[in-house]
Amino acid sequence: MREPSLLARMAESLFWIGRYVERADDTSRIIDSYLHRMLEDPTENEDVACRTLLAIMGVPTDRVDKVTTPDVLELLAYDAASSSSIIGSLSRARENAQGSRDVISTEMWECLNTTWFELPARRAQVSRTGPHAFLRSVRDRSSLFAGLTDATMNRSDAWRFVTLGRGIERIDMMTRLLAVRIASGVLAPDWGTLLRAAGAEEAFRQVYPGQESTELIAGFLMLDPYFPRSALFALTSVEGDLAALSDNAIRLGSRGDAQRIIGQARTTLEYSNPDELIHRLSEILELITTACADATEAITLRYFDKATWVQWESEAE
Amino acid sequence: MEASLVDYHVADAWDEIVDTDGSIRPAYREVVDSLRSMRGEDLRGRAEQLARTFTERGVTYAYGGVERPFPLDPVPRIIEAAEWAQLSAGVIQRVRALECFLNDAYTEGVVFNEGIIPRRLITSSPEFNRAAVGITPPNGVRIQVAGIDVIRDERGGLRVLEDNVRIPSGVSYVMENRRAMTRTLSGLFSGRSVLPVDLYPQRLLNALKQAAPVGVHDPVIAVLTPGVHNAAYFEHSLLARRMGIELVEGRDLVCHSNKLYMRTTSGEARVDVIYRRVDDGFLDPLHGNPSSLIGVAGLFNAARAGNVTIANAVGNGIADDKLMYTYVPDLIRFFLDEEPILDNVETHRLEDRDVLIEVAADIGNYVIKPVDGAGGAGIVIGPQADDETLAATREAIIAAPRRFIAQRVVAISTHPTLIEGNLAPRHIDLRPFCVNDGNSVWVLPGGLTRVALPEGALVVNSSQGGGSKDTWVIADHGPGDSAISTPTPWRAVPETVRQDGPSSLNRSDQQ
Repeated sequence: MREPSLLARMAESLFWIGRYVERADDTSRIIDSYLHRMLEDPTENEDVACRTLLAIMGVPTDRVDKVTTPDVLELLAYDAASSSSIIGSLSRARENAQGSRDVISTEMWECLNTTWFELPARRAQVSRTGPHAFLRSVRDRSSLFAGLTDATMNRSDAWRFVTLGRGIERIDMMTRLLAVRIASGVLAPDWGTLLRAAGAEEAFRQVYPGQESTELIAGFLMLDPYFPRSALFALTSVEGDLAALSDNAIRLGSRGDAQRIIGQARTTLEYSNPDELIHRLSEILELITTACADATEAITLRYFDKATWVQWESEAE
Repeated sequence: MEASLVDYHVADAWDEIVDTDGSIRPAYREVVDSLRSMRGEDLRGRAEQLARTFTERGVTYAYGGVERPFPLDPVPRIIEAAEWAQLSAGVIQRVRALECFLNDAYTEGVVFNEGIIPRRLITSSPEFNRAAVGITPPNGVRIQVAGIDVIRDERGGLRVLEDNVRIPSGVSYVMENRRAMTRTLSGLFSGRSVLPVDLYPQRLLNALKQAAPVGVHDPVIAVLTPGVHNAAYFEHSLLARRMGIELVEGRDLVCHSNKLYMRTTSGEARVDVIYRRVDDGFLDPLHGNPSSLIGVAGLFNAARAGNVTIANAVGNGIADDKLMYTYVPDLIRFFLDEEPILDNVETHRLEDRDVLIEVAADIGNYVIKPVDGAGGAGIVIGPQADDETLAATREAIIAAPRRFIAQRVVAISTHPTLIEGNLAPRHIDLRPFCVNDGNSVWVLPGGLTRVALPEGALVVNSSQGGGSKDTWVIADHGPGDSAISTPTPWRAVPETVRQDGPSSLNRSDQQ
């Protein structure tokens, strides 16, 4: 028995498949909850709500006079050229899967391939059924993919790179969501919408029935150790994946850079005073966002960028 | 409407299902009964389901730059045990002879010295690869995988149309066709003992293991693909997956100190055997196309140093050159001292001046093929070509007779095929796949039956917009019985000389 090796190129594909599928999943949930907020509350200012949405996804809006719902859907859901839109993410996930078909399972490939083939038809249906059915189907397919990943892959490095990508994207999305909420101040949507956008409404209400406060909700989304989408939960799982990557064991004492970065972010959350944390929230969110970007860079350098080693030397015959 | 053969008009060729008197051939009776019991829409529905399955699984072939499913016809092609026994013996015999020929051509050249084949045939072949001369296959095998294309002529006889011993493709469709058929049209199989086709990846893996460099007992094997944009990428990934080995691209590999490595997340890892699906000319930019990005620099030197095995071997193209094809019956007699089991299609060598004059004068009645054309490219079917094409072809063969062969126009057999909801005759061929592990040549039961979908088209090729059929070999006894494909023990190089690399064949045994 040999420990199966993993090509650097494959590892990179797997990592990005994890990120893109999670991105599509989170984006659809965020758009869905914000859109329905607008429909349910006619006093809601469409332009402001749309700008908020775009801000979460990091799309600049200052040059545009007025942003409408169709604009948002085009930019965040349908634009195939953009790596932050749903269709763009799912297309990229499928592209990466095509190049790594022999390391992912057939079921995972078929899931992404079928999803991709169905996208044009689902997009076309939006004019009749509204965006919800489209967004809902994206979440269904993403969940199916996540389930297949966990149910069909060996717990090898290949699997860890998928979950690593998924985890980092999840932390990134959660911090964006909270950062925009904090920055928007009075114009921000209510906490219920935020909880729904984070996929946390029911989980939160089970733990804190009938209560709603900035401290509790932000604390839950950041620090809850049992809610799988909380920043702390995701950081812990990412740290675990990094520690388990097989070549880490041989480096005595020295943890990889990525693991150190994520570990520091995790301990900042875990060992801070919760009350203090809420007051320093925007600072801490920035710290985590930076940690995600730095960790991705460290992972890329450590595991993916092997091509820089190419050397041309004369062959001794 | 019923999916029947009532309105089926046999074309001017041997039909695989309908006999000349209009009756159904015995091998097909049960399947035709099953098909009759289905309503027309049902069959069409199943055909659509087959196409959908393929799209979902990504079973595609890039045709004209577009990724599309390789159409699978719902009516299977059936080969009876007795015929299969003869056919598989015939293709095994050919592979053995071609192995002997390659070994000889790249070493002693006895076949030239004896005047069996003119030496200039090899030296004038662009496929003759000087780099291959010093590469010794560790277990004497140069043809790990072969695809021997076979057709049935007007009188029902099987004939070899061409040999493919470089990188024959299509085996993934054999496996995927069977998978789709058993899931979608399971009723057709009931009561029939159809030999399984899913043993192929294990056989191939074993052949690649056996080909490992001397002294390597647990080789690291990888499939080398040109990348996701290659027409046969699906097949490369399927084989890698089913063999449980790495699928690599040129950029994943690096050679230094005459050893081959792949770049993994934990550094470089040695590779011992490479099952390459990249053409000779692109494999190593130091020897072939210097701008190739899909190869790896230094690979040939690593192979020559005996540190990596390239399968199939480099330089095999001299054996499946279509002019060489005309000599294969002579090779069988010379190397094996046997009579050919399968005939060639009547073929004319244009280098003979009299033959050239005759063919040029009557070009409309011949099939003209470029000797090195792959995928049906460049073939001119005289009776179907317009005057302009014929004139251009005539000029081309006179200018470069070595580049072409002329063949009799064979009305290759037809098979009922679902076309727009009705069964219509379409021309078919068959590519059985052989795997040589050095101990035996094994033939995958069945092979890929390709269908020329345009009416009357005689060129059957996946890169020419063809489709395919699931191909059944009916077992002699019961299901799972593979006795009829018992492999013939064979190695091109006697075991005793293995340590020193191949030596000349023992001539006294040959005559």
